[in-house]
Amino acid sequence: MLYTIARQTLLLSVFGLLSFNISLASEMASPSMLSDTCLGCHGPSGISDGPATPTISGMSEIYLIGAMLAYKYDNDEDKVDAVIEADPDLEDVEYFARTSTVMDRIAKGYTEAEIKAIAKYFAALPFKAQKQDVNVEQAQAGASIHENHCEKCHEDGGRSAEDDAGVLAGQWIPYLEYTMADFFSGDRAMPKKMKKQMKEVHEMHGENSVAELIQFYANQE
Amino acid sequence: MSRFTRRKFLKASGSTLALSTAGFGFPHIAMSAKKKVVVIGGGVGGTIAAKYIAKGDSSIDVTVIEAKPHHHTCFMSNEVIGGDRDISTIKFGYDKFADHGIKVVQDKAVAIDPVAHKVTTAGGATLEYDRLVMSPGIALKWEAIEGYDEAAAEVMPHAWIAGPQTALLRKQLESMDDGGVVLLAPPGNPFRCPPGPYERAAQIAHYFKHHKPKSKILILDAKDKFSKQGLFMQGYKNVYGDMIEWVAGADTGGGVTSVDPSAMKVNTDFDEYKVAVANIIPPQKAAQIAQDADLTDESGWCPVDLGTFESKKHKDIHVIGDAGIITGMPKSGFAAGTEAKVCAMAIVNQLQDKEPGLNSYANACYSIIAPDYGISVVAVYKLADDRSKIDKISGGLTPSDATPEALRREVQYAYSWFNNMTAEMFS
Repeated sequence: MLYTIARQTLLLSVFGLLSFNISLASEMASPSMLSDTCLGCHGPSGISDGPATPTISGMSEIYLIGAMLAYKYDNDEDKVDAVIEADPDLEDVEYFARTSTVMDRIAKGYTEAEIKAIAKYFAALPFKAQKQDVNVEQAQAGASIHENHCEKCHEDGGRSAEDDAGVLAGQWIPYLEYTMADFFSGDRAMPKKMKKQMKEVHEMHGENSVAELIQFYANQE
Repeated sequence: MSRFTRRKFLKASGSTLALSTAGFGFPHIAMSAKKKVVVIGGGVGGTIAAKYIAKGDSSIDVTVIEAKPHHHTCFMSNEVIGGDRDISTIKFGYDKFADHGIKVVQDKAVAIDPVAHKVTTAGGATLEYDRLVMSPGIALKWEAIEGYDEAAAEVMPHAWIAGPQTALLRKQLESMDDGGVVLLAPPGNPFRCPPGPYERAAQIAHYFKHHKPKSKILILDAKDKFSKQGLFMQGYKNVYGDMIEWVAGADTGGGVTSVDPSAMKVNTDFDEYKVAVANIIPPQKAAQIAQDADLTDESGWCPVDLGTFESKKHKDIHVIGDAGIITGMPKSGFAAGTEAKVCAMAIVNQLQDKEPGLNSYANACYSIIAPDYGISVVAVYKLADDRSKIDKISGGLTPSDATPEALRREVQYAYSWFNNMTAEMFS
């Protein structure tokens, strides 16, 4: 008798758990359904035709989540940190302030779970560098600057999304220019290591160094 | 074949399978018969729906029926009118569709039989479908403004369906003398591209500022307010001083009521205007084929289920884009694209007998006031629980205190939007 009741309870709770999980999953649109809404601006499969919107495919999942959370919470560090702390999946996400034109308005439309699903979706797609007109001389000057100051984190000529760095190789020049302008104006926060390196870059290679780096990344295929 | 009878059909085929193993040898052709989707219209909704259905299930036979060999996008056509862009840059073809396994029939759909599931074309072809996607766009309501018919539009262009009309308006602006008045008459709601007329006014002002600085633009609106109004009015003043004057419907008795193209005269209930160029954008309704197929209601637009975009009037026909009544979303190009993606997923799920998942919808709409001055409105939406509307979750306008640098970037993002939207459609 006791055994039967226990078994029934067990069955009930297993069933309850199961249906709970199903209802959780069904509260969210599929990763592709969610991500398809991004493509009108970021391009088919997340590969942008430019001239300014970045390619988001092949980016690091952690990087994309960090960006979306900063947009969603209007650079409120405490709120972003609270979200990161509450979710073991987000352990590696770091908060960096960033500015935007439309993304802060858009990111608020997605829950943290949806942002995670979107980030995972695009991270799994291949990155494709875009061919664009570059200043070859500047790109060559940029190559050695990159090697000495940036390669450690932006590995493989800025192609790698390892270490959760942004993929720079083959991104559109206006996007790279906006990003660097925001870093230097303070609208976007630089990671500590980057701050140190960029200071050295500026001191050692002069005021054209940033433009040279941009041309170098734009020239990577 | 409806999705309900399809279930029965599958059950029936299951028993047929049992019979055939018992030696009756029933051929399985019916089971492997390809599902057919026909898409009417090769604009934003039609192209994206076709591509996403083909991508969602490559076994589905997808055919697009489009009368014109090329599509001119409405988006960026205002830059053609302003002179910063050549019309060839908004012209696209369907040559890549074969790569996606999509057939394109260059013909005009003229009749739909919703019971027999058949579409007839002007060329005499008959196409059968399991699902029909209609993205036919708009029809202009001729004579809604007295005297404004197809012949009048050759003198006073609407330029609201891009192509020759766009080129005509541009030509008129080029040939008018400096010091003239361009009258722009936007319709009441609802109509295609709500911010379009106001971006157009700015693009014409941009041309005048550099080439005909004594000229003026007079907007005689049928409405008392319009999309992105605060941002447009701020932009007009900041960039063009008093070159653009907007008059609310309340001050004219509801906008333009009649036109006299031979005298270049435009009338409201209160006044008569003699102008150099008249851009009359008349009231609109769903395209003729949607009217003829009994897909519209008394409003002239097509009522649909907002989760699948299936017509509320005829089963297995889905209507997307400007022709639909999409409560909660604007009649924008981006909206048509998002509707196409949601509709494509619904159709793929239905044809595969799969339970539908939840939908996600978005809109992003840029307007270019000047080459370094862009504004936007964006939104992310979800379907309301009772499916009565598509609810906005987030979004909004460019802030009114946006920096000049942010406004400059918005133009570059608008160009990116254009390149990526047209890649979604035609690549």
